[in-house]
Amino acid sequence: MKELSLNILDIAKNSVKAGADTVYVTLTETDDTFTMQISDNGCGMKPDFLRTVTDPFSTTRTTRKVGMGIPFLKLAAEQTGGSFSIESKHESDYPGDHGTVTTAVFNKNSIDFTPLGDIVSSVTTLIQGSPDIRWIFSHTSPDNEVSLDTQELKEVLGDVPLDNLEVILWIKGYLEEAYENC
Amino acid sequence: MKSLAELAAIKEKMQNKVVLREGSSETRVVVGMATCGIAAGARPVLNAFVEEVGAQGLAGNIMVTQTGCIGICQYEPVVEVYEAGKEKITYVKMTPEKAKEVVEKHLKGGKVIDEYTISNV
Ligand SMILES: Nc1ncnc2c1ncn2[C@@H]1O[C@H](COP(=O)(O)OP(=O)(O)OP(=O)(O)O)[C@@H](O)[C@H]1O
Ligand code: FES
Ligand SMILES: [Mg+2]
Repeated sequence: MKELSLNILDIAKNSVKAGADTVYVTLTETDDTFTMQISDNGCGMKPDFLRTVTDPFSTTRTTRKVGMGIPFLKLAAEQTGGSFSIESKHESDYPGDHGTVTTAVFNKNSIDFTPLGDIVSSVTTLIQGSPDIRWIFSHTSPDNEVSLDTQELKEVLGDVPLDNLEVILWIKGYLEEAYENC
Repeated sequence: MKSLAELAAIKEKMQNKVVLREGSSETRVVVGMATCGIAAGARPVLNAFVEEVGAQGLAGNIMVTQTGCIGICQYEPVVEVYEAGKEKITYVKMTPEKAKEVVEKHLKGGKVIDEYTISNV
């Protein structure tokens, strides 16, 4: 992926597919590291399956199509000298408390670190594609904080859906301004 | 600074119109957003469709949606157009510029852009 924000979009789409109704997209930076964490309350994965997801080529490929999203992210993080982890609780084992947390830590000083790119576009794409999910986005770094919780927007909007064009453009403008003021 | 008051104003305005929800649209534009699509540039293509459909005043009749794997990685970004009573049109190797053209010539003007469709690659 050319931009880290594309990996973020891709991984958050897994949460959509898993049927989550709340997804946290949390970006945390220090001077030297960039951490992305996507956390959802979707169906989750069983431990055996989870192992095949992070390491698709260690298992037989006959059981299912090999996904590329998670291996891509893992590789991207590890190439910078960072780390990757994914934890999941499947709904059959944890009926009241299931979901998945995917975390990747990047070393910003590595020449292999991919810039974040157009994160505003990734966030608006997620909201446009799944307006009924509660998206909780936050991006914190030593000198800035940008955040958005679609629940707060819904309280203002009532019946007007989040994927309404004017609403999407408002969200885009809101986030762009928040980044400019950093 | 963008304010929630502005958002409230959008709500007022929309409530005075008939708010068209999913399923009520005649035409659907579907953008493939699996990993391969995203890597090939589907995000700016999707955004170009959303914004251009709005700019051309078509947002009420055309729904722009996202899907996962369409099954033809080598042609990504792939966009399908479904119009009531017509055959599905599949546009391949899309760019934001081509997307704008499709909105203008096909969705607005009614003329399929053959050279961007799958049968022409
Ligand atoms: N948040 C999640 N919740 C539940 N299952 C998940 C989650 N993330 C990934 N998975 C499971 O892991 C599989 C592999 O994910 P991965 O993103 O690597 O590939 P994919 O989404 O299947 O395909 P693609 O290559 O288009 O991303 C998914 O198909 C899904 O079954
Ligand atoms: S994985 Fe590429 S189109 Fe499905
Ligand atoms: Mg995926």
